[in-house]
Amino acid sequence: MSNIESLVEKIKEKFPQAIEEVVHFRDEYTIRVKKEHLLEVFRFLRKEPEYGFNFLSDLCGVDYMGREPRFEVVYHLYSMEHKHRLRMKVSLSESDLTVPSVVSVWKTANWHERECYDLLGIKFSNHPDLRRILTPDGFKDHPLRKDFPLKGRQTMGED
Amino acid sequence: MEAASEMKTETITLNMGPQHPSTHGVLRVILEMEGEVITKATPVMGYLHRGVEKIAEHKTYHQFITLTDRLDYTSPFINNLAYILTVEKLLDLKVPLRAQYIRVMLSEITRIQSHLIWLGTHALDIGAMSPLLYTFREREETLDMFEMVGGARMNQSYFRIGGLAGDLPEGFVEKVKAFCEVLPSRIDGYETLLTENKIWLERTEGVGVISAEEGVELGLSGPCLRGCGVKWDLRKANPYSSYDHFDFEIPTGEKGDSYDRYLVRMEEMRQSNRIIRQVLDKLPSGEINACNPKVVPPLKENVQNNVESLIIHFHLMTEGFQVPKGEAYCSVESSKGELGFYVVSDGSNKPYRIKIRTPSFVNMESLSTMTEGRMMADMVTVIGSIDICLGELDR
Repeated sequence: MSNIESLVEKIKEKFPQAIEEVVHFRDEYTIRVKKEHLLEVFRFLRKEPEYGFNFLSDLCGVDYMGREPRFEVVYHLYSMEHKHRLRMKVSLSESDLTVPSVVSVWKTANWHERECYDLLGIKFSNHPDLRRILTPDGFKDHPLRKDFPLKGRQTMGED
Repeated sequence: MEAASEMKTETITLNMGPQHPSTHGVLRVILEMEGEVITKATPVMGYLHRGVEKIAEHKTYHQFITLTDRLDYTSPFINNLAYILTVEKLLDLKVPLRAQYIRVMLSEITRIQSHLIWLGTHALDIGAMSPLLYTFREREETLDMFEMVGGARMNQSYFRIGGLAGDLPEGFVEKVKAFCEVLPSRIDGYETLLTENKIWLERTEGVGVISAEEGVELGLSGPCLRGCGVKWDLRKANPYSSYDHFDFEIPTGEKGDSYDRYLVRMEEMRQSNRIIRQVLDKLPSGEINACNPKVVPPLKENVQNNVESLIIHFHLMTEGFQVPKGEAYCSVESSKGELGFYVVSDGSNKPYRIKIRTPSFVNMESLSTMTEGRMMADMVTVIGSIDICLGELDR
């Protein structure tokens, strides 16, 4: 895992304007990246053989209600060749809940982003098919938001 | 001739499921058909969505273990393990070797059980009824073992944060040993029914093909990805819970079709059996729980005889324990692929956010790629060969 440390340093040098913060906790590295540079950084991480992040393990959103910016989208990258992981994050404020879709980088992001949209209401620009995936079509809320009550609100549409 | 020119072909839309015997639960697939050929397959999920991730935010860390069993109910121990490893990582807790070995052993029995259920039901979908009768005979034995350790046939929640709910009961090791002795010959038995069976070959060979590049691109993992020839198994790639102490092979396929996925799973059962035998040979004695009274509840006998222990026990069961602020992601190789838990802690006794990366959900994304351009009957084969569990797909 020490290898990933030097790789994280290199990312910081390569994209000084894009990286907002780097956190190291329990042997895991988290990089917070600016929304405008998201795709550029991801394409680099995927293509550069040294990093080789060819596998998107997971993508999800987190709602930090009461904090500004309120939302975060979290990406868990994995390299099958080097067997290392990296967590990437992007912050979103409630006034602008749109983030570029990464389907063009990893196809698997398609359903993950649909789920994130469904449960948290985060919109992904340039997504090929941004529909709800787990809740029914007529559902109006985003149940994983912290202001959504555990027992629900019964806000089904007519469909 | 005139009549022939007036004939038109029309695409029809066919609804498969959500109540369909071969969708293994409540999965719905909308099929666009050109005659017998599927031109487009759109899976529709969410019929079993219970909001497990939302419920998690309202349970203490210990209470949530019971819900992980109910994700993929065919492999409960592996689900427990994935969640527990993540919380242990957040707590920075070291678990004694004996507990780690027992966890490995039960995970591998679970893998065998999950593959047995898969084999029986998958063969039944395709029309071979006998394998089900045999695989469920062995599954009954694994359920007996689970009942011994956890007290129930399903959803045992035997693994706990910091260790196990209790040590192995008397007679358990002997039972597992006896099972390991007979299993290889039983697997040979299933193979005589299917591996060279002409009908089985016709129905699975070349059906549901996916290339290795496409599989990785679509996030495919587990036996489905290994069936395309990618030698990637988290137990070897990023070993957890002492998996690096045991010898085993990672079986792979070549063509990425349903038949290769079948062969991979058959070999995986043999390899799991091999791991279980090694665990039994090397099983160390000693503690089964980490030495951390802030997380691990006191022993039952102390609770009954000592008032301080009773207070600590009550406190841990009602209020739980605090987990340091931070976040962690841990993933294990479940019977279906990469099962990962992403836990965010705000320093309180309940998780702030849990995201479960379930293999069934992600593997399902490949369904369209595998079936488009194929016949309607192949749909049943492909759904079976991906091996989904709707409990974890919809969460």
